[in-house]
Amino acid sequence: MLDLALQGGQMLLVLLLAPLLTGLVRKAKARLLGRRGPSVLQPYRDLLKLFCKEIVLADTASWLFRVIPYLVFAATWVATALVPTFGTRLLFSWSADLIAVIALLGSARFFLVLAGMDVGTSFGGIGSSREAMIATLAEPATIMIVFTLALMAGSTQLSEVAGFMLSPNVGVRVSAGLALVALMMVAIAENGRIPVDNPATHLELTMVHEAMVLEYSGRHLALIELSASLKLLLYLSLIGCVFFPWGLAPATAPAFDQLQGIAAYVLKLLAGGLLLALFETTVAKMRVFRVSDFLGAALMLGLLGTLLLFVSRSL
Amino acid sequence: MSVLLESLGAGRVVEAHKPVPRVVVDDDLWRSVASRIGASELTLLGLWGDIAAVHMAVLDESEPSVVVVTRQCPHGRFPSVGKVHPPAIRLERAIRDLFGLEPDGLPDPRPWLDHGRWDVESPLAPRPQRPSERAPTRFLTAEGDGLHQIPVGPVHAGIIEPGHFRFTANGEAVVRLEERLGYTHKGIEWLMQDAPIERAARLAARTSGDSTVATSLAFARAVEAALGIDVPPRAVWLRALMAELERLANHFGDIGAICNDAAFALMHAHCGVLRENVLRASDALLGHRLMMDRVVPGGVAVEPTLAGFAQLEDFLSATEKTFPRLVELYDNTASLQDRTVGTGIVAPALASQFGCGGYVGRASDRSFDARRTLAYPPYGELSFEVPVLDEGDVNARVWIRIREVEQSLSLVHQILERLPRHGALSVPCVATGKTCEGLAIVEGFRGDVLASVRLDRHAHVERCHLRDPSWFQWPVLEAAIESNIVADFPLCNKSFNCSYSGHDL
Repeated sequence: MLDLALQGGQMLLVLLLAPLLTGLVRKAKARLLGRRGPSVLQPYRDLLKLFCKEIVLADTASWLFRVIPYLVFAATWVATALVPTFGTRLLFSWSADLIAVIALLGSARFFLVLAGMDVGTSFGGIGSSREAMIATLAEPATIMIVFTLALMAGSTQLSEVAGFMLSPNVGVRVSAGLALVALMMVAIAENGRIPVDNPATHLELTMVHEAMVLEYSGRHLALIELSASLKLLLYLSLIGCVFFPWGLAPATAPAFDQLQGIAAYVLKLLAGGLLLALFETTVAKMRVFRVSDFLGAALMLGLLGTLLLFVSRSL
Repeated sequence: MSVLLESLGAGRVVEAHKPVPRVVVDDDLWRSVASRIGASELTLLGLWGDIAAVHMAVLDESEPSVVVVTRQCPHGRFPSVGKVHPPAIRLERAIRDLFGLEPDGLPDPRPWLDHGRWDVESPLAPRPQRPSERAPTRFLTAEGDGLHQIPVGPVHAGIIEPGHFRFTANGEAVVRLEERLGYTHKGIEWLMQDAPIERAARLAARTSGDSTVATSLAFARAVEAALGIDVPPRAVWLRALMAELERLANHFGDIGAICNDAAFALMHAHCGVLRENVLRASDALLGHRLMMDRVVPGGVAVEPTLAGFAQLEDFLSATEKTFPRLVELYDNTASLQDRTVGTGIVAPALASQFGCGGYVGRASDRSFDARRTLAYPPYGELSFEVPVLDEGDVNARVWIRIREVEQSLSLVHQILERLPRHGALSVPCVATGKTCEGLAIVEGFRGDVLASVRLDRHAHVERCHLRDPSWFQWPVLEAAIESNIVADFPLCNKSFNCSYSGHDL
């Protein structure tokens, strides 16, 4: 019973925190630019507004177009709920496998790419083709990162990996460092952040993610925006749980430890969000075809991490 | 007498046209001038219609001198200049739409400004027609494997002016871009017909909001030339001050906006502050942020305030500290340089063929600047440099703006020193009792703005043509984007920052 409550709590927590994280990043970016910026609660208001608005559907939209926002949201939410946030060994942790998380995100993206092409507008097509290009480059890099972690921890279970990272026999490992850098690069590409994509742009010709969802409105758009927020939260949680697992409490731990876990988690998100905002302010967006170099570097780092582990298990 | 005018010796010089001569020519002379323009001996500054006539302003850059050449066309036809000189094609298409005059041999006879949505056809002709049914505009084709079209606009995702861009792309690579403009056609030239000078000046000021000072100044100078009015010295200096402030505000805005299109919002935020400071100082000085309706024929409309001068001094000293740091930030951000260097290259030959003014021309080795080349007052007495680069890419256009900002800051200093503190600001525009004509070329922030005015004996406007520099920059943008990628178009477009409103008129 307690297990169920903790797992449910985690699912709700990520859902409630996701828009706040997006709001925080936006606020931090605005402050760095010397602007006041909208309140951190603005994403909630936007979502509420979108949920209340009617849907404008293109005449050419198929049933798939209408179903996809729910599919994308469901897949992203489940994936986010699988990543340990404040505690490990939750009810779903048997399925909280890194490969499962990647597969869920991959499916969500696959459907979104389809939706981009469904209506038949040129921007949707441009966005989908660019997204597919980024995905084909990002996924191998992600897999290499997973291999590195799995070889180190001996498991792809996130709870196990986190447990291993917390254990004293980790030490300083080159492979882990390489995997961390690679994962951050993948996270930037996957979430469509600067320098790969600009989530705040109004220039339809440069968009990637925004171009795919250009035809969505009303609650469909709200679900897609919420999924995007969840995905950002997922990657920050993932980096937090795997590389900075301090404060993670097992499900059997007393309530005080659980609270401590939540506090540590919130701090990790805060730090991650601020660092992201800082990074995004200091670089310009790269040319579309430079993304392959960027993600190629991530792939190489992941590969290097894996290879080093074959040379020596302690590297 | 200039060499250019001598070569037109067979034509009839119109006495009433000031300050440059206007020559009425026959078909042969018209064709020979056109072919000299086509051979790049002369530069086309403007080509506009009139009642049963067409006028063409040409510049001989070697002297330098400007002459207006007129071809009477009682039968509604004239030999096309576009046939030998492509930059004239859009101008002739516009003449066809507005006056119904037919350019013989025009390579591209599709309508330009008239999208078939007006309730008259050839609105400026003596007898406008009811619109006739017509086929929808066909875009130029590009055929080949894997080519596809991307229609963009006229309504864009951001709040910007409307224009349609039809890309033919192969994946991300742009094979052809075709622009379609005219969505902001307001009928300014039609509204100006028979308008008193004051009303016409207000219309001119509203041609393109960001160049309101430059356009007003061009109009005012053309009217003053026609009426033979001498503007009080204080107004001359104050006008130059306004023109430089407008240039500063727009260049600050552009530098930031170009960086913002590469998602580098930091420059945008800081340049936004600088631009805002210029606008506030202008507001304090003359009571309007954009200084609209401040330049009027005869002088300047508003007495500048002392508080405004103080604010301007504060702005200058603050900007001289902050701007170099921003330039350094632009120059040292590798990710930004990676986007701007080598993107959207305009070949110098193309810039000189089209006679591109402003930063577009000067980034591609064309050094024309009306302030220097034609040295209208008070610029003859001021010391400044005209920056010129030859790379022709987005980066070069940013650097030209940066250098021009530095020059303009120095010009504002010089003007403030020499501006007479007391004296009249304007003189009345009195009708001369006969038809008179005037032409003026003024350097706006985008480039040279041309105004041609004909006044009747009551000093009402009979015909006024305002030619925005964008006429000769929009077509070059089509060439600049070729073989670049679709995603780089916004960056190129912003580095041109052509006016929709000024072009569509």
